[in-house]
Amino acid sequence: MGFPHTSHPRETVVLSQYFGDPGALSYAGWLQRGGYEALRQALGMTPDAVVAAVKESGLRGRGGAGFPAGLKWSLMPKPDGRARYLVCNADESEPGTFKDREIMRWTPHALLEGCAIAAHAISAETCFIYIRGEFTDPWRIVSAAVEEAYANGVLGRDALGSGRPLDVILHRGAGAYICGEETAMLNSIEGKRGNPRIKPPYPAQCGLFGMPTTINNVETLAAVPHIIRRGAEWYKGLALGNPKSTGTKLISVCGHVQRPGNYEITLGFPMKDLIFELAGGPPAGRRLKAVIPGGSSVPIMSADEVEDCPTDYEGVAAKGSMLGSGGMIVMDDSADMVYQIWRLARFYAHESCAQCTQCREGTAWTVKVLERILGGKGKEDDLQLLLDLAENMTGKTICVLSDSCAAPVVSGIKKFRGEFEAYIARARKPALAAV
Amino acid sequence: MAEDLVTVTIDGIRVAVATGTTIIEAAKQAGVLVPHYCYHPSLPSPALCRMCLVEVEKAPKLLPACVTQVAEGQVVHVGSPKAREARQGVLEFLLINHPLDCPICDQAGECELQDYVFQEGRAGTRYAEYAKRFSPVEDFGPDILYVPNRCILCTRCVRFMEDVAREPVLNVSERGDRAYIGIADDQPLDHAWAGNVVDLCPVGSLLSKDFLHKARAWDLDKTASVCPGCTQGCNITIDTRDDVVVRLRPRPNLDVNRHFICDYGRMNYRWMNRGDRVEAPLVREGPRHVATDWDTALDRFGQLLRATSGPAVLLASGRASTESLGLVRRLVEGWPVSAALQVPVGEEVPLAGIPNLALRPERAPNLAGARLLGYGTDRAGAIGAVRDAAVVIVLDAELTAEERRALAAANGAVVLLATVPPDGLGNAQLVLPVTTMAEENGTYVNRDWRIQRFLQAKAAPGMARPAWWIAGEVLAGPGPDADAPATAEQAFALLGGAFPVFAGLTYADLGFTGRVLDRTLAAVPA
Amino acid sequence: MSHGAHGAPAPPLAPHEPVLVGETRAKLDQLLARYPTKQACLLPALWLVQEARGWISEGAIGEVAAALGLTPAYVKGVVTFYTMYHTHPVGRHFIQVCTTSPCGLCGAEDTMRALLRETGCEELGATSPDGRFTVIEVECLGACGFPTPVLVDDDFIESVTPAKVPEILAKYQANG
Repeated sequence: MGFPHTSHPRETVVLSQYFGDPGALSYAGWLQRGGYEALRQALGMTPDAVVAAVKESGLRGRGGAGFPAGLKWSLMPKPDGRARYLVCNADESEPGTFKDREIMRWTPHALLEGCAIAAHAISAETCFIYIRGEFTDPWRIVSAAVEEAYANGVLGRDALGSGRPLDVILHRGAGAYICGEETAMLNSIEGKRGNPRIKPPYPAQCGLFGMPTTINNVETLAAVPHIIRRGAEWYKGLALGNPKSTGTKLISVCGHVQRPGNYEITLGFPMKDLIFELAGGPPAGRRLKAVIPGGSSVPIMSADEVEDCPTDYEGVAAKGSMLGSGGMIVMDDSADMVYQIWRLARFYAHESCAQCTQCREGTAWTVKVLERILGGKGKEDDLQLLLDLAENMTGKTICVLSDSCAAPVVSGIKKFRGEFEAYIARARKPALAAV
Repeated sequence: MAEDLVTVTIDGIRVAVATGTTIIEAAKQAGVLVPHYCYHPSLPSPALCRMCLVEVEKAPKLLPACVTQVAEGQVVHVGSPKAREARQGVLEFLLINHPLDCPICDQAGECELQDYVFQEGRAGTRYAEYAKRFSPVEDFGPDILYVPNRCILCTRCVRFMEDVAREPVLNVSERGDRAYIGIADDQPLDHAWAGNVVDLCPVGSLLSKDFLHKARAWDLDKTASVCPGCTQGCNITIDTRDDVVVRLRPRPNLDVNRHFICDYGRMNYRWMNRGDRVEAPLVREGPRHVATDWDTALDRFGQLLRATSGPAVLLASGRASTESLGLVRRLVEGWPVSAALQVPVGEEVPLAGIPNLALRPERAPNLAGARLLGYGTDRAGAIGAVRDAAVVIVLDAELTAEERRALAAANGAVVLLATVPPDGLGNAQLVLPVTTMAEENGTYVNRDWRIQRFLQAKAAPGMARPAWWIAGEVLAGPGPDADAPATAEQAFALLGGAFPVFAGLTYADLGFTGRVLDRTLAAVPA
Repeated sequence: MSHGAHGAPAPPLAPHEPVLVGETRAKLDQLLARYPTKQACLLPALWLVQEARGWISEGAIGEVAAALGLTPAYVKGVVTFYTMYHTHPVGRHFIQVCTTSPCGLCGAEDTMRALLRETGCEELGATSPDGRFTVIEVECLGACGFPTPVLVDDDFIESVTPAKVPEILAKYQANG
């Protein structure tokens, strides 16, 4: 449901059913709402059967990359006596995205249930939930849920009578966007700087503490109990557009809309309706100008491109952007695109881990050029310079942080070139003090 | 074992390399240098400088050559426009905050940033209007300065301390373009092998205080040598300017020292530059020594030896070459001999991350060689034998006051083969000027019986000659037809006759990384 | 079972007194029993230190390093990577205001300026003359649908507008 607003009839309410319902927070409340049934059911299945069901459902990773969840689980090597880990990515650090926060705030047991099923599927006995340091409320709420789950035997030495142990350890981040990148997260849990690792080796082969590891996003894991309980066919049937984009997705809509919030839609839902009908569109008298559809790291879409775009992985890709984490940043015609792109670039420059040359230096330089333009000191060839820097920052680094900085710059210059040129031609009042 | 090899084509050159080889190493075998900063063959590869990105056919993106393993049939382009453009991009990013203080930078001339920018960097800057990052120079430890402005954050130094020295006293601090190499206030970079971070630094960011502003790299003459510091036998380069040794640096030898040397060895060179040298042969005339020519001196030495048949005492420096020790030993062949090598002893200081690499307690580079040649280490015993010896030959051994007194009281003839003038040894019949190991060619045998060559790095002072030359001349006897060795290699060849472990070996066999001797041939002649 | 979120206001603790003692040390020992390696307890240990002292001093870095078998330099490299660890003392109430794009579009910079004005902090990162507040701008607090989110100590406050600032601060001004 469109938390914090009442549910819209066009939403498909699955994960968000209990958002805003304090009764769902406790273990008892969760049981009353049918909680942990799916886990019982899953524990009666072989791990392979659980993996097969999730594969069949078409569930794709909700953290940003959209990698098929069942396939990811099946990449884990056969159990060989070594420790195996499940890591739940609750770092939700992508600007524009705030859905995992609501899952944790209102349905912590849904997350734990998903973790327990996933741990069973990959035969892991330890699950780390990595919660970003800024999420003080989700931390408290999930901590309490974990304690209750231990007290009620859902977790512990003999989890839910399965004869197998399952431990859940909450690990608190400390302020680093990049720790949402899965290998950086592993380093962070290991007590290191949150530097992304080189792949290969992939985490399934050599992950946390060098052991086979699967990393799943909060929303992905929260969807799993529903798939187990209601069946892969049901989940697969939730698709309005491409059959490769199945199920429901929480879309965080923010920025210039009248009702910002999380809307749960069936994938394929028209983006235009999502923005205008569900989220209320821009404030009265304003017109839609641009949307960053998948968290701040993806190319900007113009209002025209939104017009006929289905909200699913393929639909957004066809428009040259990405569904990513499903954080939609909406901008109306009052938005200064140059300023917004500068602000995004500043974010990436702040968050670069400093490993790769292109990212460390490129993000900072990009900020400086944009500052010069905004300060009324831009030069004609600055746009070409920005594009050159973006080219050097794309596809050349360990992780995609520098690509993410380049994406809004490139798409912004392509789609809103006139705004840049107005600053450069001194036809627009400087938005920043000259540098 | 063809199944263990894969064939790849790198810039048009086909090479077969072992499975698991990285592209960067395969390229070396093809004679292609893939420019790189963070990669180092003796360190783990973080693939973070992104300088070594190469184009691999059929791969969607450029790949880091330092961590990508070769695959059968792979076609790699290092020099293609795409790869070059990527490198040019990295160089441009590295240069935006790099000071152009090359004129006062110790690294200039041997700087990998300079070299690659010269090779393929952009001609101009597009960062002209901004101030560069500035941070003051930091004192990291007894010999090391950090110049953050020049740092390209390749992290070789951090990885050396963490993974090789296993004492992680350096870190990367902060993040983004604010990042720098950090150190804790109360834990300086004073590890016994810390100096290696200066060599590892591809730019002039980590500097040796000892070498600071001493010389320009292009003015240096570099000579392959072996560290005279201990029995490990680390391979080194002796850097000289105008015949003055200005620094010692490690020379790669994967079997001995990989790419490293310890700080004790690194700093152990001042004696090579001593100015108070014996520069002419001295013979005793009555109460004093007078300078003479070599013919006279050698003639006197020969007569002195022919006049007796022992017993003899040999006291030799631990830094004496195999050639010198061997031929001096042959001067007294067949006699009762007490031969002792001088072996200073210290602590063992291993380099934790490299097996079988340590500063060894025995600070004599040729201890194993000396043993093969019949020298022991019983110094006190040898000194005890001095009084009744017919001949005492001192081969540049440093003497304690007590030892000098014993020598002064010797009944027989005392011959000094010396680098520096003797003190209180007016009774010496001869004082013959010899070269240090830095002034001669020769070999050392390390603790693992690896015999390794070192080359002459600087000119000998005055009339000084290698000790093997003196012994060789005496052994050959006077006259124009005498067959004395004229080179160290000829002297080495002479050893084989008396010491079978060296038989048949030539300098060419040893190459520049040495050769392990056959222990079964190590019987020492009486 | 786990360490809590970092508590504030920080109790008075002289910078040179050891911090990994008593209850804090006991909490760390509990964590050490749960993690597969000592090093993995580094982030939790740093949180415990910050909870106890309000910031992480050089001395505390040394203590954590010794407790986990690491070097101070290593720990320092990690501390400076994560922006939520304070390497210098901050005000009794630490205020983090999000100004990243989604919130920026909705007036976050005005909220930030109101916070600076009302706390008496002269600039971002500075502590107010009464030592009560430090205000910093942070990148994305992950609540973009509730502009502008502000984190005061551990209190996550949603939808803060300049008009609401005085009322929010009053609570902290009342209790120190």
